[in-house]
Amino acid sequence: MRRALTFGLIGSIVAWHLSLVGLVAAFAERWLIGQSLTFSYVVLLALILLVGYLTARRVSDWTGLAGAALAGLVVGLALWILALIVTEVNLRDAFVAASPSLAQILTFDRGVSVPSLAILLLIGAATGLIGGGIAWIPATGRRIVIGALSVTVLVGLLRDVLGPVLPPFLMRFLFSPGGGLSLPGAVIVLGLAIAIPVMRSGLRMQRVRQKGVLPARVLRRRRLALRALGVVFFVSFPLWAKLFLSNVADFVGLYILMGLGLNLVLGFAGLLDLGYVAFFAIGAYSMAVLTSPELGAFTLGFWTALPIAVAITVFSGILIGLPVLRMRGDYLAIATLGFGEIVRLLVLSDWLKPHLGGAQGVTRIARPVLGPFVIDRPQEYYYLILIGCGLGWFLSVRLRDSRIGRAWMAIREDEDVAQAMGINRVTAKLLAFATGASMGGLSGALFASLVNSVIPQSFSLLVSINVVALLVLGGIGSLPGVLVGALALVGLPELLREFQEYRLLVYGAVLIAMMIFRPAGLWPEETRVRELEEAAEEARETARTGVVAASQDGV
Amino acid sequence: MLLEARKVTKRFGGVVALSDLDLQVEEQTIHSIIGPNGAGKTTFFNCVTGFLVPDEGEILLDSQPITGLRPDQIARLGIARTYQTIRLFRFLTVLDNVLIGLHPHVHYGILDAVIRSRRYHRSERAAAREARELLRYLGLAGKEFVVANNLSYGDQRRLEIARALALRPRLLLLDEPTAGMNPYETGQMITLIRRLRDERGMTILLIEHDMKVVMNISDLVTVLDFGEKIAEGKPAEVQANPLVIEAYLGRGAASGLGTIAAQAPRDESMPNASS
Ligand SMILES: Nc1ncnc2c1ncn2[C@@H]1O[C@H](COP(=O)(O)OP(=O)(O)O)[C@@H](O)[C@H]1O
Ligand SMILES: [Mg+2]
Repeated sequence: MRRALTFGLIGSIVAWHLSLVGLVAAFAERWLIGQSLTFSYVVLLALILLVGYLTARRVSDWTGLAGAALAGLVVGLALWILALIVTEVNLRDAFVAASPSLAQILTFDRGVSVPSLAILLLIGAATGLIGGGIAWIPATGRRIVIGALSVTVLVGLLRDVLGPVLPPFLMRFLFSPGGGLSLPGAVIVLGLAIAIPVMRSGLRMQRVRQKGVLPARVLRRRRLALRALGVVFFVSFPLWAKLFLSNVADFVGLYILMGLGLNLVLGFAGLLDLGYVAFFAIGAYSMAVLTSPELGAFTLGFWTALPIAVAITVFSGILIGLPVLRMRGDYLAIATLGFGEIVRLLVLSDWLKPHLGGAQGVTRIARPVLGPFVIDRPQEYYYLILIGCGLGWFLSVRLRDSRIGRAWMAIREDEDVAQAMGINRVTAKLLAFATGASMGGLSGALFASLVNSVIPQSFSLLVSINVVALLVLGGIGSLPGVLVGALALVGLPELLREFQEYRLLVYGAVLIAMMIFRPAGLWPEETRVRELEEAAEEARETARTGVVAASQDGV
Repeated sequence: MLLEARKVTKRFGGVVALSDLDLQVEEQTIHSIIGPNGAGKTTFFNCVTGFLVPDEGEILLDSQPITGLRPDQIARLGIARTYQTIRLFRFLTVLDNVLIGLHPHVHYGILDAVIRSRRYHRSERAAAREARELLRYLGLAGKEFVVANNLSYGDQRRLEIARALALRPRLLLLDEPTAGMNPYETGQMITLIRRLRDERGMTILLIEHDMKVVMNISDLVTVLDFGEKIAEGKPAEVQANPLVIEAYLGRGAASGLGTIAAQAPRDESMPNASS
């Protein structure tokens, strides 16, 4: 009861906040499904679902459900009260969004009346109840349901992006002209989003049951087919994607390459490098200095400059690594953070301006030339970046499954014990740092050539933070996680430009949702999942043995 | 003499954890170190393995000084250890734990790993074979792909030993290997430690609190108290040594050496503890 009211009140505050910052009003015309559901309502409904879920979580009898409904009811009431306040009192000086139209949205155009109150309370309670129900579904099922709902919303939001890519008849069928999915489209997407994971887990169960019976050949063939499909998809991408999408894909690819590099350092070897942007910057500036006629120091071609730029980055990685890798944990993070900033300040400085271009940066960086053919369009760069990512991925897999990868993981898990196993921690860490740096440098060099210019602002702390964040989002140490993380963190914001204003709000919401639903990341690495599962198990265990011990003490 | 400590002293601020300790471990013996909690036993292990550098004195392996070497260098010279509180790579599989122990004996470079050369395949296969053999030796066969953390307590202790053996050490340091074990598991551990000496010709330096174990398997026992060696000899000699009994009785049964304390009153040669 107390719990329900607490969560209901917290939910109400969040709902008020969302309404008053204008999010609700801004997307009141943003249809997601036919002409029936707008994005504003989806946000509020999702909020109430979450409140219901949190209320009912860890309560194992019916009071949980009742509490969830009550909490949802409270949020519904709060929304009605907000509508009332907005119509009665003029708050527009303090909150621009507190307009009569907000009240209309919140009350479904019925005015602040008894019927609208009833509707809001009913919807609140029902949604809260459903949210509570979600808490009752077993974990796998819950993951599927939540995933499917998010995918459906996402597809609805991405209508304009997907539009030009899909064949017209499919487009007309799935989407409604007003924006968002059509009703049958929504049902199909939701159905697919549920059916596919259900089938996959069914297949996995089957495989577990038939273990030893199902020949390895079949599994290998299946994996090969999947890989071939992936290759076809990635190679053909620029052919059917439009210019805008190729542009986005290029940036996502550059981040994937950086993510793979940092994953070696942070995911495999467990070294928190907060200055990873330094390598990106060094790669980019090396490319600039080596090729741009503007500085006139060198005017090498792209293909000559590329390996040199990567080599310079690796070398600087070792140089940076040598002093800082003896430190542990937090000290390492702070020291690398400092190096990231130092590199940015150096390229910005007037002192090095003749060599690095200062605040204006460097332009006219070389384009790759292949015979008679100059690569200068995003669709063409896409392939260069794709090859880079492929290389990074390949390198990551090969190193991970070797004695080198094992040494990294040993250091990540327990540095002292790793040393007692004869692992030289400085060499192993330097190797991780250098390999990681090479990928950052490659990404930077490609970036410089792609945008044809480098300016210091492109190499801010934010890049480092983004790369760390995309690893966390995807699942630290997981290679598919890097892909998913980069798509979600770099790709989606590009595709959903309309949310730019609320970007930080969305980030916050996504982070909270992640912590609750997928603490190990979107596509976690196996060990990491185990780690978290074990931790939870352990907590339960100690709670149980604690009780046992106490009762034994009593005897 | 396989291992020799000469006048080793280690201080932590005001605490003298080891003071002027001389210790000699003979090849192919089981040498136990006992003493009350805080006597400096684990500190001695840390000094031998290079995690701590003694303030004074030196430690020699095969008459070569090893003081000041890095832990990984010492490990490669043939000293492996287990820990008082189990320190496995808890979230890696049993097999990976042992493979990490084999690290110094798997020889191939980064390029071999990337192109998966013949050398890579050969080394990896050999390592996997050796790891499985070790697991079989320790009764962990069939558990290769279990996550270390999910093993039973006794199995975790054994895996830690397997990982240490993977280093192919000449000297094995075991820090309270039977702590927290039930009598059955303890019995198995005694057999295992004996087999390590007799079948594999290993030299074992053992810290142990369980007097039954110590008296049962030790060739030589060294007793520490406040970082000082107060007695050394065959198990029976040590057990009868008045200094030893006093060291334990002085701090009561909580020292974990209840057996000696309980036997003490029956021992004629024992002076009055309160005197
Ligand atoms: N890293 C350390 N820092 C400070 N004091 C320590 C450290 N390690 C051990 N000590 C102290 O040294 C003494 C000996 O500890 P230890 O060797 O762990 O004893 P034992 O293993 O015999 O129970 C204790 O007083 C302990 O508090
Ligand atoms: Mg100890």
